[in-house]
Amino acid sequence: MKKLTVLAAGAALAIFASGTAMAQQTLAQVKQRGQVICGVSQSLPGFANPDAQGNWAGFDVDMCKSVAAAIFGDTKRVKYVPTTARERFTALQSGEVDFLARNTTWTMSRDTQLGFDFVGINFYDGQGFMVRKDLNVKNAKQLAGAAVCTQTGTTTELNVADFFRSNKMDYKVVAFEKNDEVLAAYDSGRCDVFTTDRSGLAADRTKLKDPNAHIILPDVISKEPLGPLVRHGDNNWGDIIRWAFFAMVNAEELGITAANVDQMLNSPNPEIKRLLGKEGDFGKMLGLENNWAYNVIKMVGNYAESYERNVGTKTPIGLERGVNALWTAGGLQYAPPVR
Amino acid sequence: MSTATASFQPKPSLPPPAATVGVVGWLRANLFSSWANAALTLLALYVLWKVIPPAIDWLITNAIWTGESTSDCKNPDETRKGGACWIYVQAWIPGYIYGLYPYDLRWRIDLAGVLSVLIMAPLFFKKMPYRATYGMIAIILVPIVAALLFNGWYDFAPSDPRASSHPWRTVETSKWGGMSLTLLIAWVGIGASLPIGIVLALGRRSKMPIVSALCVGFIELWRGVPLITVLFMSSVMLPLFLPEGVNFDKLMRALIGVTLFSAAYLAEVVRGGLQAIPRGQFEAASALGLNYPKSMALIVLPQALKIVIPGIVNSFIGLFKDTTLVAVIGMFDFLGAIQLGNADPKWLGYAVEGYVFAAILYFICCFSMSRYSLALERKLQTGHKR
Amino acid sequence: MAVQIRGGAAPPSVAVWNDPRARAIFFQAMALVLVIAFGWYIFHNTYTNLEKRGIASGFAYLNSTAGFGIIMHLIPYSEESSYGRAMLVGLLNTLVVAAIGVVFATVLGFIIGIARLSRNWLIARIAYVYIEVIRNIPLLLQIFFWYQLLGKSLPGPRQSFNILDIAFLNNRGLYVPAPVFEEGFWEIPVGFVIACVASYFIHRWARKRQELTGQQFPIFLTTLGLIVAIPFIAAIITGMPLHWEIPALRGFNFQGGMVLIPEFVSLLFALIIYTAAFIGEIVRSGIMAISHGQTEASYALGLRPGPTLRLVIIPQAMRVIIPPLTSQYLNLTKNSSLATAIAYPDLVAVFSGTVLNQTGQAVECMAITMGVYLTISLLTSMFMNWFNAKVALKER
Repeated sequence: MKKLTVLAAGAALAIFASGTAMAQQTLAQVKQRGQVICGVSQSLPGFANPDAQGNWAGFDVDMCKSVAAAIFGDTKRVKYVPTTARERFTALQSGEVDFLARNTTWTMSRDTQLGFDFVGINFYDGQGFMVRKDLNVKNAKQLAGAAVCTQTGTTTELNVADFFRSNKMDYKVVAFEKNDEVLAAYDSGRCDVFTTDRSGLAADRTKLKDPNAHIILPDVISKEPLGPLVRHGDNNWGDIIRWAFFAMVNAEELGITAANVDQMLNSPNPEIKRLLGKEGDFGKMLGLENNWAYNVIKMVGNYAESYERNVGTKTPIGLERGVNALWTAGGLQYAPPVR
Repeated sequence: MSTATASFQPKPSLPPPAATVGVVGWLRANLFSSWANAALTLLALYVLWKVIPPAIDWLITNAIWTGESTSDCKNPDETRKGGACWIYVQAWIPGYIYGLYPYDLRWRIDLAGVLSVLIMAPLFFKKMPYRATYGMIAIILVPIVAALLFNGWYDFAPSDPRASSHPWRTVETSKWGGMSLTLLIAWVGIGASLPIGIVLALGRRSKMPIVSALCVGFIELWRGVPLITVLFMSSVMLPLFLPEGVNFDKLMRALIGVTLFSAAYLAEVVRGGLQAIPRGQFEAASALGLNYPKSMALIVLPQALKIVIPGIVNSFIGLFKDTTLVAVIGMFDFLGAIQLGNADPKWLGYAVEGYVFAAILYFICCFSMSRYSLALERKLQTGHKR
Repeated sequence: MAVQIRGGAAPPSVAVWNDPRARAIFFQAMALVLVIAFGWYIFHNTYTNLEKRGIASGFAYLNSTAGFGIIMHLIPYSEESSYGRAMLVGLLNTLVVAAIGVVFATVLGFIIGIARLSRNWLIARIAYVYIEVIRNIPLLLQIFFWYQLLGKSLPGPRQSFNILDIAFLNNRGLYVPAPVFEEGFWEIPVGFVIACVASYFIHRWARKRQELTGQQFPIFLTTLGLIVAIPFIAAIITGMPLHWEIPALRGFNFQGGMVLIPEFVSLLFALIIYTAAFIGEIVRSGIMAISHGQTEASYALGLRPGPTLRLVIIPQAMRVIIPPLTSQYLNLTKNSSLATAIAYPDLVAVFSGTVLNQTGQAVECMAITMGVYLTISLLTSMFMNWFNAKVALKER
């Protein structure tokens, strides 16, 4: 009987627990485990969304894939852990996930108090408002007295408070736990306004009963720099995520795409040579193979490809590049050189 | 003298007044015994007439039963306006049962269901030897078997082609869902908390002050807080309690929360059973020279647990209903699956249908279980009467 | 081998490990050590985890600015208020929903429990069906259902149901006039208090008189008269220092007045309906536990069914009813935490939801929340135990 109990407990633990030691070297563990554990949103079309078979796709998911490509040369070596807004930080703090790619806003308190390091900004966003067309609202200043639906525990909730307060307007905030609930409440007429990051608004609008009956107001009320984040203290691991992202941006700048990366291997351009590992030992500096960036570009594509594939104008989300264009095109995306 | 005696022949009694027998009599006695009662009856009839026909219209007569998509529900012919759209529920039934579990592996869940029934089946035969012992083992065995089948055996590397085709590959817990997950959580909750509950109940009744104080503290702590906070705690605090590098899966954390919570309630149920055992039984066991563990395991607990079986079934019903709360922490149990369906862009606007369906199903499950527990209670009570 | 024969009178000398008292001490020490070690282990892990990753800890955050809005607050609250105040707002929202819920659930529960025993077959059946249906459907589902139903069946603010031009019902809530107090208003509540005190003394006097002379006094009517009349007179004397602010449609929503938000209403509805079903069962079994002889005896004394129920049956049934009733009250309070699923800002939604997310201090937030519920539970049990002891049969 006792043996049976021990056996049962053992079986239960074997099923659910992943008892690898996490110490300082995240990279070593990831390599030993054979996969990256990536914290993503529960369901946000265009950013992280599972299909019926449970295959994940989206802009944030591409971030996870590029890290797997850089480390293993294999985009399938990712375990996606969907997290709610409430759980996401504990999940990262406790080591349940290796990093978060979960449209999370970089703020000072999160960077300091919560013990995180944001490694970059893969999407410059701002908070906006969505309203019904038949309300005839043209801009956010006309929203005085409105009922506003938002998700609890997000920067969104704070920004909307700041916005209405600084404009001396009255408002009623209805804050839900889950994004789907916010959307359902807005759709049923509980609120006049649905507010979140503008990219999220565009994504969520596709989920409404009649997307064309709603408009996104032109106002942007906040800065929402979204980016992947890691635990404080393991700098090497942070570097890998950071440079996997920079590799994609640099690739766009240098004109390297998933399609032409093989020809680019023969390019005489020293910058391309360094990025693709033909010159120098830049991979080794990260603790990876020298063809790390080649794998990222080959398997995931450059920044523009990922953007257009997931959230660009040809997708149902339909977002212009805007401030997310390269610095050379008047945008903000700017990656340090590989040197 | 004549031999014939005139015997007294009473007249047959008169039939009772027509107003006290038959349908009229029943009506008078039960519905119209006084003016106040008559008024109440009429009021109740009026309310029923206002509620039931529209409900039946919505549920059955005017409902849309066949079709492919929302358009079939949006343009019903004129005679069937304002009915429920059951096509949505029909389309989502697999999702309600299996959640997001991979299509090609759903037979594993079916198998788990069949095996659970097979393991539990012998318990319904009265003459089975060692029925109680077997029952206790079955309660613990079923969730383990089910969890293994849900989870699978082989954890292939993601690059391995078998990782997407092998019939026994592992399936992440985030894909488990629907009614099958609800049953699994409820069952694991009971199976894991029963032993803990017994220990706590024994501890609470113990004569050692420190032991009993610790048990009382534990029981009251979990009984004093709402389950939702326990679940939040297990999802956001538990990871920080563990040493670095040890992680529990989200489902496992929820299960730990549910188990601790239900252990405290089961402990009180078991304590009720222990208190019902006469002191003489304890004393007789000691007189026979049995030590504490033996006297408990052989004399007291078998009797006590027999009494509390209905209580355990009731706890199971409670837990079955309470598992709906895991939907709040982002898991797709039956209610979570219903909500997933309600948010399906293809079927927006039919949430009420989803909830009504869930309510009917929960009612059928819980009501039949509570009837069973009531019958059990009656049977066991007569067995105890002298 | 020599067999030693002990003296009969001397206590048998047993080895230490066989001495029950020594064993008890050993076991208890072991249990204590295990629990302390386990507690320390968890504390140590948490501490190291927080320390190592530079996560802030401590309760200083309670004083920093919250910065978010809360839709329903009974005490003044704005975005500049502190997290601590946000917690208080949440706690009050929990308490108000629990308090109102307890009152209505008790009333409805007693009605249903008595209806369940009614001699009217139809009424008894309806009560039975109500109890069985409601008890067997999860509360969370019922909350969602009512919320959906309210949201779906109520019109938008511009098509509100207009109730006599003073109250308005739409999918943003029920807007009712709010009392605005003016100078001198305090005399009305004072009048009310005086009426209550007077009623209490009249009640005592009437009881004494009945015990002495057997004459009854219409206590109920007198009390009602007093409680209505004194504040009313006070209001007239002070010249009605009160006016009503009537809600009006301005912009998107109604402004002014008081509003009962749909989240509050659907939560309250679900809690009352759900708990009343359980209370109904408790009341029924409580009444059934009183032997029929009591009813017959009181009929024999000439009491009619109404007074029999009120004066003989219910007071005795209360002793059976109160303990399970207490746990239902506690259940209702704890169940009100399901508010978080429909955005009603109760303690759990505000404090272990929004505040926890904003500050990231999971351990502190959860500990405070659970501590508050535990305190409420313990206080309620203590009060109910006291009350129970008071109504218990005084046996001589």
